Amino acid sequence: MELRKPPPVRRLTGNEAHGPEVQASPPPPGIAQHAAGSNGNGHRPSSAFAMPARRAVRDSSIAIDRMHVDELSVAYGTKPAVKSVSLPIRQGEVLALIGPSGCGKTTLLRSLNRLTELTRGASFSGRITLDGVDIATLEPTALRRRVTMVFQQPNPFPMSVFDNVAYVLREQASRRPRKAAVRGAVRDALARAGLLEEVADNLDHPALRLSGGQQQRLCIARALAAHPEVLLLDEPCSALDPQSTRLIEELITKLRQDVAVVIVTHNLQQAYRIADYVAFMYLGELVEYGSAHKMFGAPQQHRTQEYISGAFG
Amino acid sequence: MSTVTAAPAGKRKTSSASWRLTDRLGLGLAWLLGLLFCAIAAAIVIYFLVEGIRYLSPSLLVTNPAPGVSESQTGGFLDPLLGTVIIGFLAMAIATPVGVGIAVWLSEFGRPTGLARVAESSVEMLAGEPSVVLALFGTILFTVRQLGFLSQTSHGIVLGQSFFAAAALLSLVGLPMVVASTREGLQAIPSHVREASYAVGKTKIATTRRVLLPAARPSMITGTMLGLGRVIGDTAIVLLLLGGTLTFQPANSIPVLGLLRGTGDTLTGYIYYNAPTGDGNQPSKAYAAAFVLMLMVLALNLGVDFVLRRSQRAVRWS
Repeated sequence: MELRKPPPVRRLTGNEAHGPEVQASPPPPGIAQHAAGSNGNGHRPSSAFAMPARRAVRDSSIAIDRMHVDELSVAYGTKPAVKSVSLPIRQGEVLALIGPSGCGKTTLLRSLNRLTELTRGASFSGRITLDGVDIATLEPTALRRRVTMVFQQPNPFPMSVFDNVAYVLREQASRRPRKAAVRGAVRDALARAGLLEEVADNLDHPALRLSGGQQQRLCIARALAAHPEVLLLDEPCSALDPQSTRLIEELITKLRQDVAVVIVTHNLQQAYRIADYVAFMYLGELVEYGSAHKMFGAPQQHRTQEYISGAFG
Repeated sequence: MSTVTAAPAGKRKTSSASWRLTDRLGLGLAWLLGLLFCAIAAAIVIYFLVEGIRYLSPSLLVTNPAPGVSESQTGGFLDPLLGTVIIGFLAMAIATPVGVGIAVWLSEFGRPTGLARVAESSVEMLAGEPSVVLALFGTILFTVRQLGFLSQTSHGIVLGQSFFAAAALLSLVGLPMVVASTREGLQAIPSHVREASYAVGKTKIATTRRVLLPAARPSMITGTMLGLGRVIGDTAIVLLLLGGTLTFQPANSIPVLGLLRGTGDTLTGYIYYNAPTGDGNQPSKAYAAAFVLMLMVLALNLGVDFVLRRSQRAVRWS
């Protein structure tokens, strides 16, 4: 069967501070047949993107171990969702969880901040540590301030842009801080999420009036406000347009310096663009884990090879 | 019948001409009943509009009912009008917080399930209860000696009629509206919004108070307005528990408390009294009062429409 030639897969370069230049690389062998239809980001090949330069794989010696998942299994009722998964989560790197729908990647992500506990009938075994401490021993509210999450749908709270971020700054059971006292922290969080310039004059406007992409960056600002160690992203771009997706991908690659980033994505090209490490899950099992370079270039497992080449999804 | 069927069917571009006869008759009947209903509603509004404007004069709104046999002697309905306002305010001041609390518990907590189901059917039962039954229960409840401080006592007998008593029972009339509407509003909030709040380290209580209740505010307002419409339209509880005394009869001379412990009337009680078949038999006054009451209820309904339309226009989560 003849497959249409896919658009080249691009990765953001390390020094994208001044603009959205993305550089193209010829598709690695593994991804060569990945169907063009799944490229939701609308990048089209053009001469501007002809430079075949791929961002160098990050030197993992600067990465810091933050979380460790050890033999984690999660089941909903009798239905296993995650089966005995072990992997490290490091600051300085973006870890992408990929795999077909229902493979347990979102459950794995939600286990990291104990959101799975809110689902009735969920049972667990195994151990997850955050900076060496078993997260089961932490207060969930304290844990979730250190391991924050951004969801698939932008979901700002029905309050002003300012209050959305300030809401997070107020710790549980503490008094509500004065507005002036948190202004600096709010602006800092918005700046880290790359939103401050756009909303600086409208901090009092309702957050739900922002555009979808702005809403999602506000959600990222909200997630960053408490200065977490780990940022979880559950398909953060799947409801967004290509332009907003690009902004958020740029943001993620910047953020990994300060925070360990774990992203669940259905979009292989997105994983290719932003991930340093990739974990491929299938039917609840971790099939393969490795550097993005290795996973997209020369996957060891047959199923990884098949998934990445688009044989199933 | 066939002409009725043909007319609307002909206007519509979808050709019901090809339908079976029974279907076409059914469609015609539906049209007929719909138009009939509109006609009835319009007739009521127009009749009271015409009669109300004819009989309503500003003096009626500022004078109190007085004994007499002719229209010039019997005064206006200032006290019943104020009574409606007081009763509506008091009843909803009870029903709104209680109703919102019940709705939050049912929608966000609801454990144990059995208790939630009981609470749910209790509210439903309350909504279907004829208000005269509630009123009868109220008379039994408020004539208990321990509750004498809420109404008047004469020769050791608790009368059990007061604004407090009537408002307490009328709050039960408004409550189901508040519960149903608030619950609907809470359930319309997607679960990922709740999770987003948990995911930044917030408890369920904080999430409910700071995220869910503000998001459900239009529904709460709608429920309160709908409940208020039911409350100010109720007659049975007013007659049995407010005394139906046409004017305020304070229990003592303490400014507000004495009034609320005393008896009075509302517009519905006033209309009941002055209807052509009532004791007062002052139809023109009854029409004028009915017109005012109708305006109040219409204003509430318009308010509900306004709130709902505005909240629908507001950008929501997908």
